[in-house]
Amino acid sequence: MAQANSTISKKIVLDPITRIEGHLRIETELKDGKVADAWSTGSLFRGIEIILKGRNPEDAWLFTQRVCGVCTYVHGAASVRSVEDAVGLTVLPGNARIIRNLLMGAQFLHDHLIHFYHLHALDWVDIKSALAADPTKTSDLAVKISPDAPYIDFEAVRNRLETFVKSGQLGPFAAGYWGHPAYKLSSEENLLFVAHYFEALRQQARTARMHAIFGGKNPHVQSLRVGGVTCEEDINDTRIEEFRTILEETKDFIDNFYIPDVHVFAEKYPEWWTLGGSDNFLVYGEFQESDKRESLLFPQGVIFNGSDKVEPLDTLQIFEHVTHSWYEGTEALHPDTGETVPNYTGLNTSDRYSWLKAPRYLGLPMEVGPLARILVAYLTEQTGQNRVRQTVDSFLKKFRLEIGSLNSTLGRTAARALETQIIAEAMFEWIDALETGEGAYAPSNIPMFGEGMGLNEAPRGALGHWINIENAKIANYQMVVPSTWNFGPRCAENIPGPVEHALVNTPVADAGRPLEILRTIHSFDPCIACAVHVLDRKTARKYQVKVM
Amino acid sequence: MTSESEKIHRVSQKGMTRRDFMKFCGVVAGALGLEASFGPRIFKALASDQRPPILWLHFAECTGCTESVLRTTSPWFDELITDKVSLDYHETLMAAAGETVETLLYETAAKYAGQFFCVVEGAIPTANQGVYGMIGGRTMVSIAKEICPKAKAVIAIGTCASFGGLPAAFPNPTGAKGVKGALGRSFNVPLVNLPGCPPNPVTFVGTLASYLLLGKLPELDDYARPVFAYGKKVHEQCPYRDKNEDRCLEDIGCKGKRTFNNCPSVKFNDGTSWPVQAGHPCIGCSEPQFWDRMTPFYSESEGRGGEWDD
Repeated sequence: MAQANSTISKKIVLDPITRIEGHLRIETELKDGKVADAWSTGSLFRGIEIILKGRNPEDAWLFTQRVCGVCTYVHGAASVRSVEDAVGLTVLPGNARIIRNLLMGAQFLHDHLIHFYHLHALDWVDIKSALAADPTKTSDLAVKISPDAPYIDFEAVRNRLETFVKSGQLGPFAAGYWGHPAYKLSSEENLLFVAHYFEALRQQARTARMHAIFGGKNPHVQSLRVGGVTCEEDINDTRIEEFRTILEETKDFIDNFYIPDVHVFAEKYPEWWTLGGSDNFLVYGEFQESDKRESLLFPQGVIFNGSDKVEPLDTLQIFEHVTHSWYEGTEALHPDTGETVPNYTGLNTSDRYSWLKAPRYLGLPMEVGPLARILVAYLTEQTGQNRVRQTVDSFLKKFRLEIGSLNSTLGRTAARALETQIIAEAMFEWIDALETGEGAYAPSNIPMFGEGMGLNEAPRGALGHWINIENAKIANYQMVVPSTWNFGPRCAENIPGPVEHALVNTPVADAGRPLEILRTIHSFDPCIACAVHVLDRKTARKYQVKVM
Repeated sequence: MTSESEKIHRVSQKGMTRRDFMKFCGVVAGALGLEASFGPRIFKALASDQRPPILWLHFAECTGCTESVLRTTSPWFDELITDKVSLDYHETLMAAAGETVETLLYETAAKYAGQFFCVVEGAIPTANQGVYGMIGGRTMVSIAKEICPKAKAVIAIGTCASFGGLPAAFPNPTGAKGVKGALGRSFNVPLVNLPGCPPNPVTFVGTLASYLLLGKLPELDDYARPVFAYGKKVHEQCPYRDKNEDRCLEDIGCKGKRTFNNCPSVKFNDGTSWPVQAGHPCIGCSEPQFWDRMTPFYSESEGRGGEWDD
């Protein structure tokens, strides 16, 4: 075990980061047992924007959707929105708006469940310790933390785990940081989470069926079109009831497992309410609840320096820096006018070190995602009657926390759970508002020339697509995505990105097994396939890479 | 010799009831186009003590194929990884990170050389010595060249791993290729392509079960796709195929006549729906080069073609 108190600085390279979407490398420098500095590297580049050039704008969403198969809906949705903006389509048929909200809502429910149980929980839960649990005590504990949860036979779960471990084939659980001193849960709590890990694996498959009902399949829903949705035949009583049943089941799972389980972390890991925060937050807003653009469940806005004031968003203040990324040039450009030529020069943290660009708002790094959404919504809504405000207040009260405590690693994880609950509740109102027998698609003509912007909130945060149309074809396409905001490298002024910043001061008990670093990285739910993109306004032939 | 009752006992201890398990065997037999009487043989093949190791490699991908397999319901995914196979390397799910998992990959590949299944998700970027995709400081193409030849069989899951897919669409900026294209003619390990964007999890589970049951790969077509899943055109199985039926989508670009897959018969997400049922034309997502050959999607005209390096 490395000395926690050494004053000698030490480098830790984590590559690959697992339990994420995509390919990510994180390097940190430790001093006095804490992270002093961090560098985030996206290590895969596919060039989807280049591939889009010259194609039909109506087809774009099917391409961009494949940016990510985890948040499988969001890039399709942002794309059709950008084309609709170019077309000048501001109001969709009511059913289309509602179906899109339901598909987006289902995306959040599914995505956040998988993130919590399968991508994040093992940072806090020691699987091996669960073997020592007393199943009877675990049952008592389960009833105590969640009285309405369905019965689980914890003895069977423990036996199953034991058989699995004895087989010597540990699969995904092999070589975890088991026994690490930063694991604080009791054996019974650990066994509870093992059971919930398996339960959630089944629940997510059921929850994903909501997408299949109005989207044909999941992953990669196939029912969007510029001007609405194609699933008009499915807007009938039988399908609506089928959807509602799965929504109810998912809502029960959130209330009886997800939320109480977050409470367990909140109690057992109090120091993580003070670590891993950010300075600035940005939200585009999502879930338009009427024909009015501004009627959003999660409102738009920005917050600077952790203040309690929400400022209006001006999308013209978004610039992407490439000084520390593998692209030619040093000039920061707006997504509408960006020009980028890939230029891989080897990994050098003092120079260029990522395929991710560094987006900045008014020159500042901005955190996006659940924490940003909850903070902006909470601080925008001053009345206690608001749905977001009520849910957040009751959580804060339970743990005697202030709103500022949410700006932390654990706060980010809690914010994700709270918004899952808020969205699930709202979805019942949306499904009731569908009108059977009414249409959900209004055909439109793609203009010869035009430009459009499609903004939304993906589970991981603010997502923007920008399109330029010339001769009815895509002349230029640009995406600025959540994990680029969160995991991007330093900018021209050498200011670290949000994750690079949030990692500073993280205590690391054992440099060989940096469990604590993973907690903060995973609290952002990285999606790196989304994050790496390139735009080339000129010709694809100009695209060259120099290997050095 | 193990009696049936002992085996059932062992299966139920592993977390699956006999009834569930027999149901699963029935689904697999159905997917493989076998008689129901094959059920018991599948049962035997899948209840063995040693779970076959799987090393799952993620390259230039979107993780949609992993997500698709997570949606399996017969068996459920937890049953698949605790009772049927040993998922020894899978970056999206594994607890360990960094150097530890790199070591795990190479050690497991050496330990189970000739015995493990290698599942490849995503295309392999080959331009400029493969710098567009790196894991642990190594290019994806070099990792593929080291691991794949050691496998008992390679399963290329999804259109990207099978044929290059999205990253290989014109103008293929990163020189992305499918497994066969990237590893070249000298690569001689049995290969199965399971294209689709993403493919149905039933196709993946059926392929695994077929190997475990018969000890060999299922019958493959010229593109190395299992005939049991890709033997018929989407259009042939489509319930709306009659042009007089007002739900036929041919005039808005449905590619069902040019696409081999099981979507209309198996459907997705436990039989919930499939794209044409949701009113959207088939985009031909399991065919080579579909991003070029099947676009524009909402038109009856043929696409640009484009080069396809198998």
